Amino acid sequence: MNRFLSRRSFSALACVAVVALGMSGPARAADEAADVFIKRVSSDILDAIKADKSIKNGEINKIIALVDQRVMPNVNFSRMTASAAGPAWRQATPEQQKRLQDEFKILLVRTYSGALGQVSDQSIALRPLRAAADDKEVLVRTELRGKGDPIQLDYRVEKAADGSWKVYNMNVMGIWLVENYKTQFAQEINAKGIDGLITSLSERNKSNARASQ
Amino acid sequence: MMWQPLHRWITFVAMAAWLALVSGCATGPNANPKDPLEPMNRSISKFNEVLDDNVLKPTAKGYRDVTPQLVQTGVRNVFNNLSDIWSTVNNGLQLKGRDTAESLMRSVVNTVFGIYGIFDVATEIGLERHPEDFGQTLGAWGVPNGPYLVLPLFGPSTLRDTAGMPVDTSVDYVRNLDHIATRNSALAVRIIDKRSGLLDAGNMLNQAAIDKYTFTRDAYLQYRRNQVFDGNPPDEDDLVDVSPESVTPSAK
Repeated sequence: MNRFLSRRSFSALACVAVVALGMSGPARAADEAADVFIKRVSSDILDAIKADKSIKNGEINKIIALVDQRVMPNVNFSRMTASAAGPAWRQATPEQQKRLQDEFKILLVRTYSGALGQVSDQSIALRPLRAAADDKEVLVRTELRGKGDPIQLDYRVEKAADGSWKVYNMNVMGIWLVENYKTQFAQEINAKGIDGLITSLSERNKSNARASQ
Repeated sequence: MMWQPLHRWITFVAMAAWLALVSGCATGPNANPKDPLEPMNRSISKFNEVLDDNVLKPTAKGYRDVTPQLVQTGVRNVFNNLSDIWSTVNNGLQLKGRDTAESLMRSVVNTVFGIYGIFDVATEIGLERHPEDFGQTLGAWGVPNGPYLVLPLFGPSTLRDTAGMPVDTSVDYVRNLDHIATRNSALAVRIIDKRSGLLDAGNMLNQAAIDKYTFTRDAYLQYRRNQVFDGNPPDEDDLVDVSPESVTPSAK
């Protein structure tokens, strides 16, 4: 009896280990289709929000933690920032690039945190994918369904060197995030240089932080 | 009878074009090609913002906080139902067979079973909305945007969408109500309902934008383009060009 128990618990343990390995290994990500990847990550995030009351109450630190854990590993944020900044990105020093990325990230997390707080019974539905199996850059189209009209949510994803997918642009109701910051970034850079843009972003972040207190 | 609205429309478009021309002369060399009238648009935006902060936004907030959710949904459904009828016509003008049929079915189902549209039965049974206005129809026919325009009271638009507006309003059920008091209160409720639906978006806009005017303009132009192409716009040349060279150094 004892032996049976121990054998059973051992095999259960082995099962857990196999599942865990399968989950974390890049092997799984490599053969995952782009739309399956988006569906998995976004459902994962929706579930995490639904499970945590403090996020729904708009607790900013909790939301930032959620974004860092579940969103950022799946995003090529330096590519996003670079495309928004345009040609000026290449002239920026690595230190400027890092500061620009950090401030831009805070701005986006803060503005989207309000939307994350609104999540209640929504779910993600995939729209038809038009991509060949070996495409390195794919447009994944989805819909956020809940009460009211469905909301169009599209993502541009790229295949990273390790075979995993990374998001590098997204749109809400047809409004692409990177494109919508491009002109504003260019305005600031033309007027005050890349440091001026970083300062404007950090000032906006500070005033947003004050407003939410 | 037939000529009066057409005449008004021509006057309206001529005025808009004239305005565009006159103020076009005043713009500097750095003008955005999509927005040659930026100086004029910016001042009208400011005017709209003051009006919104002082009148519309407080009213919409009050409406949202005081009116029961059920009533708010009912009100929105009624106006959506009325616009579905006009969407049917516009879908037809764009030769979209399925969307036309669905929009027509929606208005029939909601008017009959949803008691004049108070309940959105059509969505429950899987008939989706396909909102279309005349500006979108013109876009689908290949009429270009023209310059971006900010209209007093109405907000972001383009020359094409502005030209489409009088057509939308001339067949607008609410505007054609005979009883003036009913018509005015219905118009007011519709505006407040629209604005209350945008309260959260407005808060987000205030936080997200570095320059609110540019943010709104770029978002509006992208949004309308997406609508004209029903959610699948072809790549725009200057949008695809995220020049890979500029990205590579950051990738590692």
